[in-house]
Amino acid sequence: MNLHGMSADASPHDDVAPGDEHDAGGIRKAVTGYLIGFALATLLSVMSFYIARSTLVWAPSIPIALSVLAIAQMGVHLVFFLHITSGPDNVNNVLALAFGLLIVMLLVFGSLWIMTHLNHSMLPMDEIINRQR
Amino acid sequence: MSATMASTMPKHDGNRPLAQNITDPHAHAAAKRVVVGYGFWIFLISDIIMFAAFFATYAVLTDATAGGPRGRDLFELHTVAIETACLLTSSLFCGLAGIGAQYGNRRLFHCAMVATFVLGATFLGLEIHEFTGLIEAGAGPDRSAFLSAFFALIGCHGLHVTAGLLWLLTMMAQVVAKGFRDDVLRRILCFGLFWHTLDIIWVALFSLVYLVGISQ
Repeated sequence: MNLHGMSADASPHDDVAPGDEHDAGGIRKAVTGYLIGFALATLLSVMSFYIARSTLVWAPSIPIALSVLAIAQMGVHLVFFLHITSGPDNVNNVLALAFGLLIVMLLVFGSLWIMTHLNHSMLPMDEIINRQR
Repeated sequence: MSATMASTMPKHDGNRPLAQNITDPHAHAAAKRVVVGYGFWIFLISDIIMFAAFFATYAVLTDATAGGPRGRDLFELHTVAIETACLLTSSLFCGLAGIGAQYGNRRLFHCAMVATFVLGATFLGLEIHEFTGLIEAGAGPDRSAFLSAFFALIGCHGLHVTAGLLWLLTMMAQVVAKGFRDDVLRRILCFGLFWHTLDIIWVALFSLVYLVGISQ
């Protein structure tokens, strides 16, 4: 089947644009992929909402459980909706994403780390005001 | 030993680099669709990094409530659940619209785009309703550093959704006016990437802002 917008003479070793599937395999198969992703994402969302309010998970570990479910759901979105795969035609897309994730981690965990230390070593606010008198 | 090595190793004359593309006269540039999609992917990743900065600000300021309300006093989970359902389903329809465009199926494309728009607009309406409710209750962005960071983070996502809805209508109009031309198809690819990325960011927001906020 000839796909619109995809070059006809692409060899199997060419890169693929993010969001495109290399071998879509017909309209039915493409739709099925989205439906599987949608079902998995819905399942993970429902689990997140359930866990947040139930006593199923030990209360102090709820944020960790929610983070794990969120990361899993982002993975489902990346694979089934954005068609990011580990294949050789996706190396460029994966490397750009990996670099982005590195910066995101540095930003979020770096900020939290530094700011909790600053909070910890700062005097309480009323003590600062006392000393300025 | 050396004889078996010589027979199994590929022949290499030492004057040409091993990497094929450097000297291969038939190596061709990537298709325009790949170049455009990749460029837009880089933009989206920098957008994600910007959201990470807003998110880090929020994470640092969650306890800076200045004696005001905390997340668990403010967040309504059923609104967030409906918002999540809207955005997730709209992502599915956006994907179907992309398939419709790829296979030149106008009816599938337009129906799926309309569904995406309705669900995205519902999401946006619920978010505006939530924001006005908070401001009327005296929990606006000027109440505390926590609420400033909250409004900045969620509001930034809402602005992205607004821009996405305008882009969606533009793409429907372009398909009506120009048909599934190559340049229009590239724009539809980029729009799909944008919309799916907004959904991925929303996953982080509903999990780590609303659900963690309400469970603490």
